[in-house]
Amino acid sequence: MSAPARPESIARLEKLVAALKAKGIVTEQEIADRQASTDRASPEIGARMVARAWLDPEWRALLLRDGAAAAEQMGVSMAGAPPLGVLEDKPGLHHLVVCTLCSCYPRAVLGYPPSWYKSFEYRSRAVREPRAVLAEWGTVLPPDTKIRVVDSTADYRWMVLPMRPAGTEGWSEDRLAALVTRDALVGVALPQVPLAAAAE
Amino acid sequence: MSAPVAGDSGQPEPRAEPVAARFAAGDRIRVKDDWPERRGPCHIRTPHYLRGREGTVQAVLGAFPNPEDLAFARPAPLRVLYHVLFDQPPIWHEGTEGDTVLVEIFEHWLEPAATPAKEAA
Repeated sequence: MSAPARPESIARLEKLVAALKAKGIVTEQEIADRQASTDRASPEIGARMVARAWLDPEWRALLLRDGAAAAEQMGVSMAGAPPLGVLEDKPGLHHLVVCTLCSCYPRAVLGYPPSWYKSFEYRSRAVREPRAVLAEWGTVLPPDTKIRVVDSTADYRWMVLPMRPAGTEGWSEDRLAALVTRDALVGVALPQVPLAAAAE
Repeated sequence: MSAPVAGDSGQPEPRAEPVAARFAAGDRIRVKDDWPERRGPCHIRTPHYLRGREGTVQAVLGAFPNPEDLAFARPAPLRVLYHVLFDQPPIWHEGTEGDTVLVEIFEHWLEPAATPAKEAA
């Protein structure tokens, strides 16, 4: 992913793990479990949550009320994870997620944040000129849509529940989920129906 | 009552017991124009661009150990966390009318706004 770990970094990490074990704060198994669940997390989880919300109004209500409980229902372990808030896009209202202070991101359901999300440029511009940022992404909002930038500054993590695109009537959950990209889950993009499918 | 601390994972966890919230959804508030950064080492989760700005409480999100203490491994009392909505253009003196910024802010950073709630926007 990045430069290989240096021997001194590894030595420091080993000392830290040894100290945490000695103090009974964490076990080797817990570290391994967390690594596994972190590696398992990917935007496909968030995409499935969105697709299901488009199809099942009851589940949608749960998702908006308590995102972590909804994720648990889909088999995602949220133990130890921050509470998950879900931002509902509506006609006339589009959400864009940023963390101006650091890089808070709903990792439990989206996996690792992309590097641009952590960049100084995105963090400073999304909150100040969100329309310019979306334009550079090629994201075109419907006319008269207001933007609500959600600056993730504290204990919650936020994901966007985008609106279901037109032309997807009768689609299965799998097919809908395939439309929901990582970028759409933080609001820099919108779910798009591929031209071929739209022409059907 | 023992001092609330971060959960096993190191992540602060909300407490089940309710903590009295000073503000409610719809209340107009002002973010304190305070700059602890000038007084010494600190860990503040209130963005600079909102200091002194007025907004509207959208929701009470719960109570969490104060990150300003957690960061220094001090006992961290629970603080009520709010979702607060701000009009975006006045913050930067540019932007599009109607665009907003929604931010998590802890109660000790909020005070009642000087100006009353806007009539039906």
